[in-house]
Amino acid sequence: MHHHLILRVVAKLLLPFILLYALYVQWHGDYGPGGGFQAGVIFAVGFILYALVYGVDALVRVVPRGVLVGAMAVGLLLYAGTGVVSLFLGLDYLDYSRLAHDPVHGQEWGILLVELGVGIAVAAAMTAIFVAFATREPDIDDEDW
Amino acid sequence: MIPQAIISQLPILQVIVPLIAAPFCALLGGRNRAWALAFAVSLVTFAISAMLFASTLDGTVLSYQLGGWAPPIGIEYRVDALNAFVLLIVSGVGALTMLYARESVAYEIDERHHGLFYSAFVFCMTGLLGVTITGDAFNVFVFLEISSLSTYALVASGAKRDRRALTAAYNYLIMGTIGATFFVIGLGLLYMITGTLNMADLAHKLVEHGDSRTLRMGFAFIVVGFGLKLAMFPLHLWLPNAYTHAPSAVSAFVSATSTKVAVYLMLRFLFTVFGFSIPFEVDVLRTIVLPLALIGILAGSIVAVFQEDLKRLLAYSSISQIGYMLVGITLLTPGGLMASIIHLFNHAVAKAALFMVAGAYVMQAGTSTISDLRGVGRDMPFTTAAFVVGGLSLVGVPMTVGFISKWYLVQAALEQGWWPVAGLIVLSSLVAFAYVWRFVEAAYMYPTPDGVIRREAPLTMLIPMWIFAGSSIFFGLNASLTSAAASRAASGLIAASSLIWQ
Repeated sequence: MHHHLILRVVAKLLLPFILLYALYVQWHGDYGPGGGFQAGVIFAVGFILYALVYGVDALVRVVPRGVLVGAMAVGLLLYAGTGVVSLFLGLDYLDYSRLAHDPVHGQEWGILLVELGVGIAVAAAMTAIFVAFATREPDIDDEDW
Repeated sequence: MIPQAIISQLPILQVIVPLIAAPFCALLGGRNRAWALAFAVSLVTFAISAMLFASTLDGTVLSYQLGGWAPPIGIEYRVDALNAFVLLIVSGVGALTMLYARESVAYEIDERHHGLFYSAFVFCMTGLLGVTITGDAFNVFVFLEISSLSTYALVASGAKRDRRALTAAYNYLIMGTIGATFFVIGLGLLYMITGTLNMADLAHKLVEHGDSRTLRMGFAFIVVGFGLKLAMFPLHLWLPNAYTHAPSAVSAFVSATSTKVAVYLMLRFLFTVFGFSIPFEVDVLRTIVLPLALIGILAGSIVAVFQEDLKRLLAYSSISQIGYMLVGITLLTPGGLMASIIHLFNHAVAKAALFMVAGAYVMQAGTSTISDLRGVGRDMPFTTAAFVVGGLSLVGVPMTVGFISKWYLVQAALEQGWWPVAGLIVLSSLVAFAYVWRFVEAAYMYPTPDGVIRREAPLTMLIPMWIFAGSSIFFGLNASLTSAAASRAASGLIAASSLIWQ
């Protein structure tokens, strides 16, 4: 049987709530405290908790390294791309006023998209940093220290 | 020709074209796909900065507001004669090193890392261009971090050739972060006084504010922060290892651009933001920065003479060359400033050529140790000839760019009656001749060791190398373009400051 049975069960119970809370912080960012960076960190915490309890190999099976690099790039592109769209709409970079039917909604949608990009990039980067450290093979054997 | 709508967006395109390309490089991965994108983007960036340079040469100042927020509140990009010149240097060196990088990086870095490597390379370019173009003091910090963080990664990627690249990168990380932190602390103090982060607005409010201890602290923190970034003499310790162990293309790019951009920032903050409205600022430059710069000029050259490794020799020579730029700044005259600004360009051109030569040796001879490169002048004639040209420029021999900048600098020092400074500059040129000669002697005067086979570098490395070597002769013979740009930039800086110059 597995060790740490309670830990495993509790972690499994907590995971969906952590991810849900991250999404809440993500989408609630324009009404209250929160936003992409915090949401991304909380989202990554879910993955890191999973790796801590079930092992980093299990995490790498869920999100392979390529996916992490891809998500980081996509997050950044979503941010920068939203700004570029406003260039094509005839406005200055990062001016979202024409993204919707009126400037106020345009700004809101622009910020939501940008924050989504931030969230994706931060979540992927946090997880990638954890994976990079956790899967590093030691160059020196433990006996050689 | 080009629609007006695009022309007005040039300042932002200068930064976001590479910014958007960088993640694509990471997605594309190896087999030259990432390289092809990075190279294409660097050419586009160069074209943009050439257009910006052409449109600011007559003294026009372009201003661009991000997100439709007007300057003191929103972020402003501001292009004038000075930073258009620096943008041209950064993107020009970027484009040519990218061409050079293909073979060199294929040799020095595992193919599975190529995507990430070029991504970091393009990010580094983005950061340096952003630092240069922005008119917002906090935005400077953001881009400075983008360029620094990617440079740490780039230096560390030299670990395949030499594991010491990792400790070099770590040292650079610590020192660079301290530098950036000092800058932010200084900026925080200025924000405390003025409540604004826009450079032009800061300048205006600091003049109104007058002298205070907070302002002095802010000034000191910012000068030390930039001193670390530009490797001012006692703060240079990160530089030799970082340049030596980084992959060759990175050494060439970073040595030619990142310290230059830091010098630009120093100029921008000293003259445009602080503007010498209080005597304290002049005192700091004359009693602290000037002696350190002079020690750096001499110490850098002397230490370079005793180096065994060619890349390390060039790194120490960079420390001494940065000293020249600082001396030019501390003169606080149009002539001195012009000498500094023209030396930004001249040293970038010469150093890029020299580090490219060193990289060609690393690739074809497997080493950059001087004693192992004996007789290399016969095996790799074109590469070694480029070294001679670049080396002569470091010494400051007439008909090279090095002569032009030293001529202006000595002239400016003499105008002020600083005879010892002028003498020291000439003396350090002689020392520079000693370290250049050490390698030239090894390369040409000794026979090739038995059993060593070295072939000439491939054409994609020779072409960029010789474009730099060639321009260090071309702009040495005909300095009208560079000196026009430099004197325009210098008079702009003087006009923005409270210095009174007859």
